[in-house]
Amino acid sequence: MNQSTPSTEQPDNLRGLVHSLVHGLALLGGATISIGGKALGMIGSMSLLLAEATGVVLRGVFVPQQRLGQAHLMAQMVRVGVRAIPIIVLIQSVIGMILPLQMFPELDKFGQAEQIATINAIAAFRELGPLMTAIILSGFAGASIAAELGTMVTSEEIEALHSMALNPVRFLVVPRLLATIIMTVLLTVIADIVMVAGGWLTAIKLGIDSDIFFLLTRDAISMTGFLTGLTKAAVFGLLVGLIACFLGLSVKPWQGSDGVGHATTNTVVYSIVAIVVADAVFTVIFYSYGMFT
Amino acid sequence: MTEKTEQKPPIIEVRALTKSFGSQQVLTGINLDVYEGEIMVVMGGSGCGKSTLLRHLIGSIVPDKGSIKLFNREISTMSEPELNDVRKRFGILFQSGALINSMTVGDNVALPIREHTALDERTIEIMVKIKLELVNLREHADKMPAQLSGGMKKRAGLARAIALDPQILFYDEPSAGLDPVTSAEIDQLIIDLTRKLNVTSVVVTHEMDSAFTIADRMCMLDKGIILKVDTRREFELLRESSVEKLSNQRDQLIRQFLRGDAEGPLTRCKEKSNYEEDLLERV
Ligand SMILES: Nc1ncnc2c1ncn2[C@@H]1O[C@H](COP(=O)(O)OP(=O)(O)OP(=O)(O)O)[C@@H](O)[C@H]1O
Ligand SMILES: [Mg+2]
Repeated sequence: MNQSTPSTEQPDNLRGLVHSLVHGLALLGGATISIGGKALGMIGSMSLLLAEATGVVLRGVFVPQQRLGQAHLMAQMVRVGVRAIPIIVLIQSVIGMILPLQMFPELDKFGQAEQIATINAIAAFRELGPLMTAIILSGFAGASIAAELGTMVTSEEIEALHSMALNPVRFLVVPRLLATIIMTVLLTVIADIVMVAGGWLTAIKLGIDSDIFFLLTRDAISMTGFLTGLTKAAVFGLLVGLIACFLGLSVKPWQGSDGVGHATTNTVVYSIVAIVVADAVFTVIFYSYGMFT
Repeated sequence: MTEKTEQKPPIIEVRALTKSFGSQQVLTGINLDVYEGEIMVVMGGSGCGKSTLLRHLIGSIVPDKGSIKLFNREISTMSEPELNDVRKRFGILFQSGALINSMTVGDNVALPIREHTALDERTIEIMVKIKLELVNLREHADKMPAQLSGGMKKRAGLARAIALDPQILFYDEPSAGLDPVTSAEIDQLIIDLTRKLNVTSVVVTHEMDSAFTIADRMCMLDKGIILKVDTRREFELLRESSVEKLSNQRDQLIRQFLRGDAEGPLTRCKEKSNYEEDLLERV
């Protein structure tokens, strides 16, 4: 710790700066370790929550008198998905217009201008459709679910459910999880189509024949390509829903609105990290099974 | 009335209940019996552990030590499904009402009935109307909880608590923050429910008027310790007696609390605390 030894020549503010820098680094190191530990703990608890939710769903499917609450599911699906549609359409159509435009000059040099259709389609169905939809939904659905459940904790609603012998996992978590999964998949289909439409607009402007564009698009998308994209979407949706429910229910009653705010922002941040990591894992898996050919 | 009931086994039986949150001991060696059909009022200063005691009784918190029996069954070691069976037999009114804010008042009351019985919608509707009429809220069935006043929320919470005709009702500060008339109405409701439906009630409150109106027996809690459990009559006598006659500090303390006096052992404790040293230390 020589920077803390008093030396009169050194300007005071420089010493202060060095000191706070070292201090900051130490904090950062400590934070990394504690975040790592926390992340592991959280993944463990989240797996338990997922296991419980799966149990509830399975029992709901196989035991007729166990109610799942279809009414809740519909309401949640509307709330999770509908508000996000305009923004997904906007973002995906713009990306669909930009991406081919940026690829065009390079491809044109090789006389392959019409291949922008192929690139656009692959990008849409395999990557950007599911990815952008899930990221947008982490803001729309994830944040609102976390805020809602967190508020329910602070207003004693969760405890009230327990005291009425109602399981919050069955009553609250399951419909929200199913809704985020289903809606991410449905909205991904929309996102895919809209992105192709955006590319088509660009293609026409660039003087590429409409028929060729759609022919190439169809060739680029195999059934497996489409389905793997939707599988990704389902998993991303599950991650968003799970993180949102977990963080929302982890708010402690005495944390009040502060805890709810934390849960909300953390949901968005953690969801995006989880989505990107899962995306990487998927890519590796699909590659090793040769699903990209 | 208490003479008669005390021969039966208690419907709630708490023995040597102890609980700490971290280093803070919140409840110490609590022993409490509540008999069928009586109204037990739990009194005590703010932060003395009343709500914590109530949370133990409904199985929300597991004690560090001691036993809690409801309907003669130990609940502190029960598994969640077993506990849920017991939970269907009691109702609780939370301090804030704790209605589900995303549902209408009517749906809130219908919730336990829908989830725990196989009744058809029309029957449930009728039951909800009956429960809401009991608390004078029948016209407000379609409102959202956010549209209700604090007192209405509490009454709606009460309607929900009695939805499944429970045998025990727990109330956390049912009349705190209400105007005197609404407060008196709630008191009357508690008495009516207990007498007419033979419900056993445990009421946490620090409104003395209300406590003396409704109680069969009372229990005084201070800093996590039970000072006295006795009939309302005994507490009334204690309140009316003069300080000089009370030999022990404990009775003086209870008397001060019951009367809401500013002078007495409760406040003297505070004077003796290390407030000045604490202040000076910081300087
Ligand atoms: N979950 C918890 N974690 C930590 N401390 C707690 C918790 N719940 C209660 N406490 C502490 O236990 C003590 C008793 O709290 P409790 O809510 O039982 O008081 P109370 O008698 O109901 O007070 P009031 O009349 O103000 O409602 C308080 O000092 C409180 O800080
Ligand atoms: Mg309390």
